[in-house]
Amino acid sequence: MKNRAKLLAYPYIVWMAIFIVIPLLLVFFYSITSGNIYEPSSLSFTLEHYSKFFDMLYLNVIWKSFRLAIISTVLCLVLGYPVAYIISKSKQKHRSLLLLFFLLPIWMNFLLRTYAWMAILSPNGFLNKALEFFGLPPIEIMPGQTAVVLGMIYNFLPFMVLPIYTVLSKIDKNVLEAAADLGANSFITFIKIILPLSVPGIVTGITMVFMPAVSTFVISRLLGGGKELLIGNLIEQQFTIYRDWHFGSALSIILMIMILVSMAIMSKVDNNNNDDEGRTAMW
Amino acid sequence: MVGRTIKRIYIGIIFLFLYAPILVLIIYSFNESKSRGHWGGFTLKWYGELFRDPDIIKALYYTFIVALLSSLISTVIGTFAAIGIHNMGLFGKKIVLNINYLPVLNPDIVTGVALMTLFVSVNMRLGFLTMLISHVMFNIPYVILSVLPKLRQMNRHMAEAALDLGATPFYAMRKVVIPEIMPGVVTGALMAFTLSVDDFVISFFNTGSGVTNLSIVIYSMARRGIKPSINALSTIMLLTVAVLLLVINKRTAKGDELIP
Repeated sequence: MKNRAKLLAYPYIVWMAIFIVIPLLLVFFYSITSGNIYEPSSLSFTLEHYSKFFDMLYLNVIWKSFRLAIISTVLCLVLGYPVAYIISKSKQKHRSLLLLFFLLPIWMNFLLRTYAWMAILSPNGFLNKALEFFGLPPIEIMPGQTAVVLGMIYNFLPFMVLPIYTVLSKIDKNVLEAAADLGANSFITFIKIILPLSVPGIVTGITMVFMPAVSTFVISRLLGGGKELLIGNLIEQQFTIYRDWHFGSALSIILMIMILVSMAIMSKVDNNNNDDEGRTAMW
Repeated sequence: MVGRTIKRIYIGIIFLFLYAPILVLIIYSFNESKSRGHWGGFTLKWYGELFRDPDIIKALYYTFIVALLSSLISTVIGTFAAIGIHNMGLFGKKIVLNINYLPVLNPDIVTGVALMTLFVSVNMRLGFLTMLISHVMFNIPYVILSVLPKLRQMNRHMAEAALDLGATPFYAMRKVVIPEIMPGVVTGALMAFTLSVDDFVISFFNTGSGVTNLSIVIYSMARRGIKPSINALSTIMLLTVAVLLLVINKRTAKGDELIP
């Protein structure tokens, strides 16, 4: 049985080779060559696309992408941890409903949700109409970085709350009771027991927020109004507007490496957590 | 007591933040005036207009066809692949699972441009087929990841017992293995469907020849100003999902199962 059943994986292995491995190798190949991609013979080896990247213009874009993504991730953690905690501590019958209504917005199209923020934040949008009604001065944050960060938090907050909630709801009640019996107050119990036990969830949450935030081009395009270029916008433009696939490929490889390095650092933080279960805890 | 009030207020504020944009969209869907900042009176005309707009209807059609086909195909391939991977040796399993993780871990934009690079390099015309393939490609890993834990939980002697009792491997699979892992398969299929419906980035790079989906239409409209009928559509979609989830929630009465 064991040997025969193994064969079932083979079609997918072929599929993976064609649609996962080869495309990434192609991107890598284009990133170290230049010439016309439609004429293989015209391609020649070069590292110019990588050296081009070390221009202040592009380094600033990278810096901004990381800065905004880190700010959004930290804010998601600060805002999301209490949410996960409160939901996990609520009564059983309320819990599933709370969770349901917390998750409902993510079932709405991502583009629509971002567009809705445009409608709220734009100079004569909903927010400013409301402020005007109360005689308050208008706020102009869109287009701008604040609006981009807000959009990131809005779209990715559930990715922070869910893994933390999953971990918190699995904490053994007896451990908490033991802490209380041994004289710990609720603050000490939180610092010494709940927080350390929720680290795997926090780590998963940080990765799941940081990754889409650092690579987005939609949020920055719509809420940043085209002025706030992030690395995602840079890549998108190379492929759709400038048709410079080689530079676009180099940027993709750089983004990939940066994300892999950040994730390696995160998993170092989380080294006491067994990798397999931790990563799948979300599902 | 004070703690509980603070908790309630906090949750209230977070929910306000989550639902404010949605409420705004719903309000605008009933707005007579076309402009965003102006209330022109109550109307239902955008709901009627929605079904007469060829762009939106076409995008809706492609969104659901691609979601249906891709979730179906990826569930079948993914389930069999998961059974295969589960029975592989330790070393092979590790390699396959790591490659399988790549589309999950890689940023969407990298997955999207990488696939586009492949399609263009082999002179495939970007369109319906390339979009479908790209959706199947990013869906399968999620199916596998939701089926594998169920396989691990399964008593591995069950399939052997079936075989000992004279079942053919195919019969044992159909009657013993598949029913055991069914919850994982269903979760995987649902996840694949929702991921596909919601996808923008990967579709954006891997479609062409007039084939669009809802996200792409909204993206191209968002910069010029969205047609109010899109607001009507999102109101309908949100209500449908809300009702569906509430029904499922009532039936399972256990919210945890809802989380993909």
